[in-house]
Amino acid sequence: MSKQRKAVALISGGLDSMLATRVVQEQGIHVEGINFFTGFCVEGHTHAIRKHERAKPKRNNALWVAEQLGIRLHIVDIVDEYKDVLLNPRHGYGKNLNPCLDCKVFMVGKAHDWMREHDFDFIITGEVVGQRPMSQRSATMPLVAEESGVGDRLLRPLCAQRLPETLPEREGWIDRDRLHDFSGRSRKPQVALAAELGIEDYAQPAGGCCFLTDASYSAKLADLWQARGNREYDLDDIMLLKVGRHLRPRAHFKLVIAREEGEVKFLQGYRRQFTHLLPTSHPGPLALLDGRADADDLELAARIVARFSQGRDADRVRVEVVPLGGEAQALEVAPLATDAIPSGWYV
Amino acid sequence: MPVIRTQNRVAELAPGDELAVTCTDPGAAKDIPAWCRINGHELLGIEHGDDELVVTVRVGASEDG
Repeated sequence: MSKQRKAVALISGGLDSMLATRVVQEQGIHVEGINFFTGFCVEGHTHAIRKHERAKPKRNNALWVAEQLGIRLHIVDIVDEYKDVLLNPRHGYGKNLNPCLDCKVFMVGKAHDWMREHDFDFIITGEVVGQRPMSQRSATMPLVAEESGVGDRLLRPLCAQRLPETLPEREGWIDRDRLHDFSGRSRKPQVALAAELGIEDYAQPAGGCCFLTDASYSAKLADLWQARGNREYDLDDIMLLKVGRHLRPRAHFKLVIAREEGEVKFLQGYRRQFTHLLPTSHPGPLALLDGRADADDLELAARIVARFSQGRDADRVRVEVVPLGGEAQALEVAPLATDAIPSGWYV
Repeated sequence: MPVIRTQNRVAELAPGDELAVTCTDPGAAKDIPAWCRINGHELLGIEHGDDELVVTVRVGASEDG
């Protein structure tokens, strides 16, 4: 009896990795999924923070896909290790701060480590030649296999017929004729294959699954680094960049101002780590102050926060200011006029 | 994060052990049960509080996470 071959699939939660996995399952291969958590993922709790988004059906798509496919899913926290990928990408950044090619090399390399530790035979990805401008081009796809160290144990079932034969195909574990030759940015082949496989529900491809491809998010991250004078960050830093209005009225401090109730709740969890401000005479948002602030800065911060309260048209608004490690104080301030907030303060 | 922390804690436990996960992320109410179903663990219950929820899991017989 021949050995049961096993593959580990990189599961993002999107349609392509779902299809790639199903195509390989159809050939009798045992597949398990792996999903990497970088902290920049547009997934899970990110969608749960904002209250208005809670009304929408939400799910962790990677878990949902694994359940639909009937496979186990191993979620790997790579927040710390990922810093080197983001800070020192050998192949540079894409349009924003997205190091897509280095990211793919890193993740495939991590999957390769997992594959060897768990005695699996090969790796599957949902990549398609020509689909992404940086990491999924005919010139870069061989580079991912080479630099990750996985070599010919990396199978891309959706475009395998356009690529050199891999070990699973040569060894007869996989029938190359039952793989695909997709290319380019059109989604039509994937949608047709999904229908053929009876897959009716899947995550719509919309803007990618990583905040680093987002121009606004990347600008906030670049601002954070510039203000600190170095490019260090931790998980809380990158989580907070996903939430609230960010205003930097002075080089040495910025405000993160909640936009609605869900964000207020999220920011409340950070009150012990930041100086924070809250209007008390009128309903208004919680704000965190990141950086250094003297008395004048605190008054300016209070005036800005008052501007975003329901007392924005009042003569005076009372704002409670709680300095980090200090006693709470109440400031009576005139809300800053809307036109007194330069657009350049918005990060 | 709750599902990752649950996964990592469960990996240290023995089959039959029970784990109560307290979290503020409302998404955990769906994510942890889904994770249990696909990885062979048993969901014992979910208690919703004002600002947090407690998800209780019994570790299944699978070899890891």
